[in-house]
Amino acid sequence: MLLIRCPWCGERAETEFSYGGEAGIKRPAAPDRLSDPEWADYLFMRRNPRGAHRELWNHAQGCRRWFSAERDTVSYRIARTWRLDEEDSG
Amino acid sequence: MSAQPNRLPEGGRIDRTRPLSFRFNRKTYEGFAGDTLASALLANDVHLVGRSFKLHRPRGIVGLGPEEPNAIVQIGRGATTTPNLRATQVALEEALEAHPVRGWPGLRYDLGYVADFASRLFGAGFYYKTFMSPQRSWPVYEKLIRRAAGFGSSPTEPDTDRYEHVNVHCDVLVAGAGPAGLMAALAAAKSGARVIVADELPEVGGTLRGSREALAGKSADDWLEDVVSELDAHSDVTLLTRACVSGYFDHNFLTIVEDVSGHVRQRQWRARARQVVLAQGAFERPLVFCNNDRPGVMMASAVSTYINRYAVRAGSRAVVFTNNDSGYRTALDLRRAGADVEAVVDSRLHAEPVEGEALTEDGVPLLRGHVVCDVAGVNRVRAVRVAKWNGDISTPVDATINIDCDLVAMSGGFSPAVHLFSQSGGRIEWDLARHCFVPGDRVQACRVAGAANGMWSLAECLGDGLAAGRAAAEACGFEAPELDAPAVDAEHAIALEPLWRVPATTDPDRCPKQFIDFQNDVSVADVRLAVREVYRNVEHVKRYTALGFGTDQGKLGNINGMAVLAECLDEPIARVGTTTFRPPYTPVSFGVAAGEGVGDLYDPVRKTAIHEWHEEAGAEFENVGQWHRPWYFPRDGENLHAAVARECVATRRSLGIMDASTLGKIDVRGPDAVTFLERIYTHDVGKMQAGRCAYGIMLGEDGMLKDDGVMARLSEQRFYLTTTTGGAAAVLAWLESWLQTEWPELDVYLTSLTDQYSTIAVAGPNSRRLLEKVGCDIDLSHDAFPFMSTREAELANVPVSLFRVSFSGELAFEVNIDSGHALAMWRLLMDAGGEFDITPYGTETMHVLRAEKGYVIVGQDTDGSVTPVDLGMKWMLSKEKDYLGRRSLARPDSTREDRKQFVGLLSVDGSTVVPEGAQLVDDSSAQNPVPMCGHVTSSYRSACLGHPIALGLVAAGRARKGETVYACAGDVEPVPVTITSPVFYDPKGDRQRDG
Ligand SMILES: [Zn+2]
Repeated sequence: MLLIRCPWCGERAETEFSYGGEAGIKRPAAPDRLSDPEWADYLFMRRNPRGAHRELWNHAQGCRRWFSAERDTVSYRIARTWRLDEEDSG
Repeated sequence: MSAQPNRLPEGGRIDRTRPLSFRFNRKTYEGFAGDTLASALLANDVHLVGRSFKLHRPRGIVGLGPEEPNAIVQIGRGATTTPNLRATQVALEEALEAHPVRGWPGLRYDLGYVADFASRLFGAGFYYKTFMSPQRSWPVYEKLIRRAAGFGSSPTEPDTDRYEHVNVHCDVLVAGAGPAGLMAALAAAKSGARVIVADELPEVGGTLRGSREALAGKSADDWLEDVVSELDAHSDVTLLTRACVSGYFDHNFLTIVEDVSGHVRQRQWRARARQVVLAQGAFERPLVFCNNDRPGVMMASAVSTYINRYAVRAGSRAVVFTNNDSGYRTALDLRRAGADVEAVVDSRLHAEPVEGEALTEDGVPLLRGHVVCDVAGVNRVRAVRVAKWNGDISTPVDATINIDCDLVAMSGGFSPAVHLFSQSGGRIEWDLARHCFVPGDRVQACRVAGAANGMWSLAECLGDGLAAGRAAAEACGFEAPELDAPAVDAEHAIALEPLWRVPATTDPDRCPKQFIDFQNDVSVADVRLAVREVYRNVEHVKRYTALGFGTDQGKLGNINGMAVLAECLDEPIARVGTTTFRPPYTPVSFGVAAGEGVGDLYDPVRKTAIHEWHEEAGAEFENVGQWHRPWYFPRDGENLHAAVARECVATRRSLGIMDASTLGKIDVRGPDAVTFLERIYTHDVGKMQAGRCAYGIMLGEDGMLKDDGVMARLSEQRFYLTTTTGGAAAVLAWLESWLQTEWPELDVYLTSLTDQYSTIAVAGPNSRRLLEKVGCDIDLSHDAFPFMSTREAELANVPVSLFRVSFSGELAFEVNIDSGHALAMWRLLMDAGGEFDITPYGTETMHVLRAEKGYVIVGQDTDGSVTPVDLGMKWMLSKEKDYLGRRSLARPDSTREDRKQFVGLLSVDGSTVVPEGAQLVDDSSAQNPVPMCGHVTSSYRSACLGHPIALGLVAAGRARKGETVYACAGDVEPVPVTITSPVFYDPKGDRQRDG
């Protein structure tokens, strides 16, 4: 079970969190202007890398805040977590 | 026969003042407090304790702890009986009752033993080859095989014992409290770290317990007592005994299963450690020779430990067979215990262990360059046959020496217990010098110490543990004080020369079985067969032969098996590799896995504020998520159908009342509330005036219907949303995620009110009269309070929010009220409603009433693949704005002409209720595979309409009204049904709008 640092609450057990998938998927400003493949790319396509992965987590059983994390998909090591309003310095 | 014939007159860690009587296999024996079931059986000279899994061969106690493959017992009876325990791990108790789980009808006359004589038929892969084809027969064979094999039996009554879970954090967790683990714990404790040290045995010390070693000038037991009191003096140290570290999970999360006596039977510690020290020791490896599974053939270290820890001499005439120096020490232990050692058979050609001298002086024959080839005796060892050997595995040997004995102590060297390290994600590597797998690169914050790290001598283990404990504490930021490991007076060498199997006297495929894995009856010949049948990968060989399965998970046999495989493949062991170790390290009971989460605590139950009344009224309940909701309210022995018919008719004719409190309720407010909800809902939220309600749907970004419900605009910046009962939490989370991750600039606040407010729905032509009768301070007339609007009001002088909405198609009001007042309001309405024949109804009637109106239930009529267009809700889609999912409605797949569309379905005969979930086909006589054109999502009897109704999804269904399709489910005759509009009742909606 992962130990995840919520940027607001500190380290908590994984059971308090829910997973939100890849971070940085921005909803297109004008979906109507996108072609079908472009919209499908936003809707379905994810990177699924082996290694460092930036992803969203929600402290669902705690402060209910969403935040970003960089997690290694092989070792499950979480290099860091940061608030959504913080600069993504990595 | 005297009581406990194999018990030594003195010594051991047993309490001779507390004799315990116990039963095994229907006979009564005596042991002492401090015994395990295994040591007590051996004290009584009981070696034959079970039958093997496949071949039903008689088997005896081999080992000492979790590695024991044979002595698998069922303990107790009734509700707390436990199958498949290792007798080596069962603490002896007064009146303990144990049975072997294998062997039927009796241990000595096992009917299945014929399997052994026919064992050429029962080779590796036998079950697969014979029984898997034809596949249909497998369940029949499986039942027979399982009965014959014997897996123990589960209790048939609920477990009366309690189990608990404890969550803990610590700086340093030490797994194993042998010499290395204790030194690690001591070093960490002295640095000020919070330490948990856990060991599966009742006493700490591991192999040191009861041994003749001397440390820091004291006896081993005295030194251990000092260490324990030193650890006890540190308040931040938790020392757990009878507590096995069984799982090592991500981010240094470990589980420890502790056996407790008292009001709790077992406790699972769920520990998060900053640093971990693994010191679980090593397992001795068996030697592989013909009939090496006969009762009386035991691990040498186990023979020594039974003597030293339990004062039990497992035999009186022993042969020691070894490929390393440790076997000589067992020979000395046996001599000191008064046993005859008929010979020490050493496969090495030039071994000169220091212990050899004393044995020679004592007259024990040392046969260097010899191997034990075969064993005589069936239910107990009678003799061994020994051959001279030149060290070449391919040269057949000639077993010319016969030695009578009743005990064989074998040592094939040691394998570090790398299980937890492997579970942690660490790599294990083959060590060419030490001939074993050792921990390699680690992934998590852990260190391995002592024998688990491939250290064989006591001095090495103590020093290694000390260093690991210091390093772990320092990694946590503590300053570790200087500390010396205690001096030990003797240094013991190992000088192992590998012997993975004894060369056969004849053809290795035809000689008596040389067992590798006792529990699964895997022999050298089985591994050779697997390789001949082209299974070369170790994971494949494992599954083909069953090597390493079972309660012991190959703790004894795995390494020999891999070595034999490597020999067959002519590859180095390092390349063959090992199988994956997974949690748990030893079997874990279902009880302790569940902990307190059983019975009432299995899952929370949610009850509405009005629940008490429903119980008084004799409602039948159904579970909707965690909610207990009234299903129907039977009167005078009515069944479901009779009650629902009565409830439906009464509601449509006069007045019904329902507890709708489980609907999700979300308060949305803020300057940007409109902007936000415009993006969430498909309709034009901004055009709603304060006091108006709307039916709203929300889509996922894929365009599929996600949830629905009535939403109301209470004021310019404030909305009140209702969601489906099941979707309440998910919708709130969905709204929150968009606000936080995409639109943080929006000034909007979300508050769940699901539990704070209760909802009472009154429906039927007399619903307005009811509210007027109890006293309402606002005008409820149609003009003043039209359909789809909301008002703040006082009802019987209690503040409420009234919604004039309808899920039944009748004139209806929803009374939203502070939950503290809900029960009183309900009783008031029930009393006042007497003159209107007010009828409470439950979820079933609600479903029927809405189906008569063709209203969708999300999750029943939809399944995440249905768009609003499919449902005929195109009118709800704004053309003037973007909203979530809108773009997906223009995807080619969403605009296909042949998508399944929401329709009504009426059985042609007007009386058959079609099964929910039935598939719809165009041609009932077509041959398989029949193309399906849709399915039935809802189906009910309708008392108001006088015939059954159904709803469903049919490909291009809206254009097919009037056509007949066939509903097929299971083996019943296909039911012809006619496609209709989904609205069966009051299609213009006059009753709810103008009532
Ligand atoms: Zn938090």
